[in-house]
Amino acid sequence: MGEPGTKATLSLAELEAATSMRTGRKHVLSILVENKSGVLTRIAGLFARRGFNIDTLTVGPTDDDQVSRVTLTVDGALHPIDQVTKQLHKLINVLKIRDLEPADTVARELALFKVAADGVQRGELMQIAEIFRGKVVDVTKRAVIIEVTGTTDKIEAFEGMVRPFGLIEMMRTGEIAISRGRSET
Amino acid sequence: MRAVDAVMECLKAEGVDVVLGLPGGANLPTYDAFVGGGIRHILVRHEAGGGHAAEGYAKATGKVGVAFATSGPGATNLITPICDAMMDSVPVVFITGQVRTELLGTDGFQEADTIGITMPVVKHSFMIQSPQEIPRAIHEAFHIARTGRPGPVLVDIPMDLSRAEIDYEPVTDVHLPGYQPRVEGNQKQVRQAAKALAAAQRPVIYAGGGVVNANASEELIEFATSDRFPVTCTLMGLGAFPAPHDQWLGMLGMHGTRAANYAMDEADLICAIGARFDDRITGKLSEFAPRAKFIHIDVDPAEISKNVPAHIPIVGDAKHVLAKLVIEYRAIGADPARLAAWWTRIEGWREKYPLGYEDSPDAEIKPQFMVQALHEATGGQAIVTSDVGQHQMWAAQYYDFPAPRRWINSGGLGTMGFGLPAAMGAAIGCPDQLVCCIAGDGSVQMNAQELATCAQNNIPIKVFIMNNGYLGMVRQWQELFWDGKYSHVDTGEFPDYVKLAEAYGATGLRFEDKATLVEDMKRAIATDGPVLVDVRVTREENTYPMIPAGQAAREMVG
Repeated sequence: MGEPGTKATLSLAELEAATSMRTGRKHVLSILVENKSGVLTRIAGLFARRGFNIDTLTVGPTDDDQVSRVTLTVDGALHPIDQVTKQLHKLINVLKIRDLEPADTVARELALFKVAADGVQRGELMQIAEIFRGKVVDVTKRAVIIEVTGTTDKIEAFEGMVRPFGLIEMMRTGEIAISRGRSET
Repeated sequence: MRAVDAVMECLKAEGVDVVLGLPGGANLPTYDAFVGGGIRHILVRHEAGGGHAAEGYAKATGKVGVAFATSGPGATNLITPICDAMMDSVPVVFITGQVRTELLGTDGFQEADTIGITMPVVKHSFMIQSPQEIPRAIHEAFHIARTGRPGPVLVDIPMDLSRAEIDYEPVTDVHLPGYQPRVEGNQKQVRQAAKALAAAQRPVIYAGGGVVNANASEELIEFATSDRFPVTCTLMGLGAFPAPHDQWLGMLGMHGTRAANYAMDEADLICAIGARFDDRITGKLSEFAPRAKFIHIDVDPAEISKNVPAHIPIVGDAKHVLAKLVIEYRAIGADPARLAAWWTRIEGWREKYPLGYEDSPDAEIKPQFMVQALHEATGGQAIVTSDVGQHQMWAAQYYDFPAPRRWINSGGLGTMGFGLPAAMGAAIGCPDQLVCCIAGDGSVQMNAQELATCAQNNIPIKVFIMNNGYLGMVRQWQELFWDGKYSHVDTGEFPDYVKLAEAYGATGLRFEDKATLVEDMKRAIATDGPVLVDVRVTREENTYPMIPAGQAAREMVG
């Protein structure tokens, strides 16, 4: 492979081959952090420096007001995850990291869908919402807002169902995740 | 008391004996506290000089260096030293002034987002939000800087908070739940490593700056001599194992010796200690040490298996782990005779490929000879700093460092202009030792202003510029890999270094004759105060041997 200091021109294939150790699965990282200013920037910065794209990111309080939880998802097919978790551990304000196994994890996200709905369509939409255990939280003459909670798959499936009605906009929180069983996440 | 007076108390409690810095608007309160504050402060001429001096101090003494700067441009001038300290794991606490809190985020005069700008290059940083938290932040900063894998820590203090009244109580403990470096090393893993070493036929010890940082030189020597293990060190590890020594192979890597690089190439077991498999060491990664298994000892778990997968990872600092490893290894009672064939092979390389160069037929000073002359003139006992480039590699190759903390250079970041201020810091920290800087003519001007600081404070550094009138390493690469087309590497005969030295209040000398060089250097060293010497060397000499860029160790040339 051509070295930056030499005349050799780099091919795109060579550049791609230079990154390694991808796992191929989605990773849900659950990170306990000290509730201090700048922590999120430090975490996000670590990913950005490696050119990693964070798919979703949520931050919220825990039962201890000194501690917050960051849940973020990254595509392991695109990015090697091992180095970044080790680097995360080095951040002074990071207390604990878990790379959650999908099978041992309950993950949920909340989504709000604003869908165009005239009188005729409204009934059908509400039926679909019911099947997905969604809730209609607002209705106006020309639109409804539906709240859906669930896994990413479920939310994407619901999106597919309502899109033909005229999806005006959609907002998603990103996943939060908790490990199964007695032990703490 | 005012928060800034508490800062002085904290520095004293941390055992700080000197601060290098430069005042400005946003740290006026801090500088007021220096008056009668009981802390020695040295006024530098540029914040970068202060930052590198703090690094030089830290590297020479093993203590935490401290540099101060004001907000905005003062802080941004510190970025290179901060990044340098990060790359080379140097314990330095940087304390910057910041605009007062009501101006934060408003583009106030001399405002820069110092915390934001430095975030990727600090081990940690503290943005002070309340004056009461200042003492704790200072102590935590020192604790983080010096423990685990050392590194730079920044404390940014808005001006209004620094002059606020606080209830100061000495801080005696630090509480950092998310920071608990593991230094001990897992006993089981250590035992595994000992077994692997006892079974190895062609082992090599590859030691890096982590051994120096952990003050583990004695443990390294003991470990290496518990059998006849061949030892090589990285650029940052030089001195951790004494040179010369019959088990010493020389430095490894791009400009290392053939004995060291070939031994790595043919080794069946490599024991890496406080080293990070940098690309300057491995060359082409896929062909690096193809027959070897790896023991990797490092205090930073993120370094283990980062570039080269470790078969036996040990998280812990070199001092603790090596002490355990020696005991475990001795308990096995391995047969030293198994290494005889390996040593025969190594001796063969040593004899066939010693470090060497063609000396000039006349009075011309070859750069390699210049380093050897300095070795002779100093009895090999000086602390030597360098800038970055050819002269740095020649210094590393030809000045056999007998002990750790004698060789101070910028390895990871490769910062030109590092050597002179680093020498200043080393001399401040080690006033009883001779401190020399082997500088490049391309590099030295980047922080030559600190000669004024040295002259004013009578800091007696001896700076020897290896002057070839080129940005030599770039020239070498252009010659070897870019068809010999020189692009902007000729620095000519500017400035006149003798006059420059004199203008700064230092002694300026010029040496051009090989025959008298050693005596001339002795004369320079015997001269009081700071001395800047312009040593004219061969203009176009290449640094060899060399692993050509992107190639494997066995393909060394020159």
